[in-house]
Amino acid sequence: MAYVRSIEHADIVHRCFRCGYCKFPSDYVDFNCPSHKAFGWDTFSSGGRMWLIRAWLSGEIETSPRFAQILFSCVACGNCEAQCVYPRFKDFLLNIFEETKSELVDEGKIPPTVRDYFKAITVNGNPYKLPQDKRGEWSEGMGIEEFSGQEYLFYVGCVGSYDEVGREMARSVGKLLKDLGVSFGILGAEETCDGNEVKVLGEKGLFTALAEENIIKFKAKGVKKIVTLDPHALNVFRREYPKLGGAFQVRHYTEVVADAIGGGRTSFGPLKTRVTYHDPCYLGRRNLIFEPPREVLRAVPGLDLVEMRRWAVDSFCCGGGGGNFFTDVIGTGEQSPARVRVREALETGAEVLAVACPQCAKMLVDGVKAEGIEDRLEVMDIAQLLSRAGLA
Amino acid sequence: MKDILRSLVDILGERGVSNAAEELWFYARDPGVLEAHFPDYVVAPETTEQVRQVVRLANEEKIPIVPMGNGMALTGLVIPLKGGIVMDMKRMNRILEVNEKARYAVVEGGTSQGALKAYLQDHHPQLRHSLPDAPPTTTIAANVSLHGQGRLTQQYGFNSDMVTGLEVVLPTGEVCKIGSPSLGPYWFSKGPTLPDLSGLFLGWLGTTGIFTKVGLKLYPNKKIRDVEIFVTDRVDLVPDIIYKLTHLEMLEDINAWFQPRPLMFKDNYHITMYFTGDTEEEVEFKRKMIWDSLEEFIVAKDGGFMGVGYMKPMLLEMPQRGIAAFADVPRGGGFEYSGPITLIEHYPDYALKVMELAEKYEVIYSSAARVVSGGHSMMFSISFAFNRADAAMMERVKKALDEATEFALEKGGIPWKPNYKEQRMTLEKLDPNTLKLLQMVKRNLDPNGIMNPGNWEVS
Repeated sequence: MAYVRSIEHADIVHRCFRCGYCKFPSDYVDFNCPSHKAFGWDTFSSGGRMWLIRAWLSGEIETSPRFAQILFSCVACGNCEAQCVYPRFKDFLLNIFEETKSELVDEGKIPPTVRDYFKAITVNGNPYKLPQDKRGEWSEGMGIEEFSGQEYLFYVGCVGSYDEVGREMARSVGKLLKDLGVSFGILGAEETCDGNEVKVLGEKGLFTALAEENIIKFKAKGVKKIVTLDPHALNVFRREYPKLGGAFQVRHYTEVVADAIGGGRTSFGPLKTRVTYHDPCYLGRRNLIFEPPREVLRAVPGLDLVEMRRWAVDSFCCGGGGGNFFTDVIGTGEQSPARVRVREALETGAEVLAVACPQCAKMLVDGVKAEGIEDRLEVMDIAQLLSRAGLA
Repeated sequence: MKDILRSLVDILGERGVSNAAEELWFYARDPGVLEAHFPDYVVAPETTEQVRQVVRLANEEKIPIVPMGNGMALTGLVIPLKGGIVMDMKRMNRILEVNEKARYAVVEGGTSQGALKAYLQDHHPQLRHSLPDAPPTTTIAANVSLHGQGRLTQQYGFNSDMVTGLEVVLPTGEVCKIGSPSLGPYWFSKGPTLPDLSGLFLGWLGTTGIFTKVGLKLYPNKKIRDVEIFVTDRVDLVPDIIYKLTHLEMLEDINAWFQPRPLMFKDNYHITMYFTGDTEEEVEFKRKMIWDSLEEFIVAKDGGFMGVGYMKPMLLEMPQRGIAAFADVPRGGGFEYSGPITLIEHYPDYALKVMELAEKYEVIYSSAARVVSGGHSMMFSISFAFNRADAAMMERVKKALDEATEFALEKGGIPWKPNYKEQRMTLEKLDPNTLKLLQMVKRNLDPNGIMNPGNWEVS
């Protein structure tokens, strides 16, 4: 018996005209759809996906490894949603892609790296297959307290807990929050995956289980406010957890830092360097937090903040979104988003590429290495930059 | 027999070739109403040399080859009617040169309109090109190959008139430069004072060669751009109004449009006028001239200027996103239009025909005519939106468009970017000796008939 395919928004998929506005930023300077840029085929753009999904729903094309690659290489950066010219349709583009991935998950026809990712989360609770008790290791020796009713729960996430670049960033942010006198605690070994990538990759069941576990845990501990290291966590806490009964006040660390230093309450030492800032998709385009990170950077005397050609709502994704940080369906190569992005950063004349997301940090560090420009461009988290400047 | 896939991979690398079901399905169609035809391969070259080698292979093996930009002509011109290879040109998207003083740009054959616009804004803000209102993903090469129009067509003619040189890969695999670049490094003239060979390629819809480089005229980008709209309920007056306006020789662009939705626009004819200046004084002087030129219609109570107010940002946007949005009027993701080039004095007849067809076929219409070259002609668009999930509606749109083309030909008009059926209708009506000349050109340039076969098929 043929597999019956259906997605929630199947009745509007045909409304895509494939006009291509979704491929571009608002001023059309270059293709801004990372998977289209990486693969170079229209099928890997939002319009291409939408048309293929329609063909797939109607049985004109079958589920195949290529179809799965086309779906799972989407980085869910939201550029298409921002640029699509069709109101009342554009809001559902990402839902349609996610729903289709979910169908592929149900069919069991997903790329091996996606399968491995789900398996690692299910078995180990993290994609790194590392023990749960190592989750809080990043904070050792820092004097950071376990959460016990402080103002904020500092949620670090899988990348901040296990990845080398992420851990360094978690330590910098943790130290900065402490130095600024922010009241916060962490869950340490009790922290579990937030599930953002699990959801985007279409594993609804696993996501619900993770989210419900977190919500129960947060509530039991009396968490009211969360500050996240990772914009991906911020996204899922803000946009998805409330649907499951988990309504918390969720902020990104750059917002908390911007508030803490606002009005000249805190000043930093001078740092004479030219910096360009990369907007993480889940912070910027997806949650419209553009200004706080810039406000923090501008607070450093001597720091020359310059923008890349594509920034804010037009920013170009590092390629790590949509789970690609872990699954790498989008692949490597000269046109891989991280390499494109660091070349763009270099064009500004900046010495430092500032980031506010551990996934972006890792992707762009790798991009810098792949381009062989380590001596010309340094990728640094905003907290690391502030640490270099030092509190005055 | 040669392994074509292997040969293509040898030329383009793995990343440049696909025969996966997904690419074949997608590149078999465009967003219009015509039926799909599957290619056997899709390729995406990055260099002229790769294009040359693919074309040479296709010619040796007698495989059809269809060049494609973004596929937004909507009339099926990139549908591989006889299978073969679809060549997606969009990876050849470099802007190679801008000659500021001579006001021209040289771009690769897959460069998008949007990318050139952004590049000029960044690096040559005093220059602009004639940007069409098609989505910005459409390519410059495709636009000139089908005699496209743009924002400066009223002043300077079809965008193909603005070509200053071409690099073309001929169907037999030679790379040929057309115009001044055939003699030296400069791209300032596509023909004069040489015999103008660009006519062997412009308007041929990719049936005589593949454009790998295009030289394009650029124009002054004035500091201020403004817009006025004149409205009349008398369609018979539209040609006279346009005549008065074109006499001014001051307007960048003139569009005459009518549409039934929203209701505020129903039963009226709107003439949108764009004008520019480097100072407020210049703009205000032009505005006064425009108003004065149409005063007689106002005095006779036959029309008046409408406040553009909230519409201004949308009207001044380039390209206008609202045009693509017409596709969603029936909540269905599609529209297609016939756009004959014709005399402005025929505007009333065409307008009535649009409404007649819309009523007959129960489809939603919109029409926007663009004045060409100071009023020598206009492109009259007969646009019908459709719901892509409604096959019967798409069929009705198809029939309405066929009938629109028949009407245009009866009126002595020339179909613009005609689909293969409209091309046949056109060729049937063509002067026999003209047809013979077309045959001679096509047979000599493309002896094996590999280039976009099914289009301009004159034999």
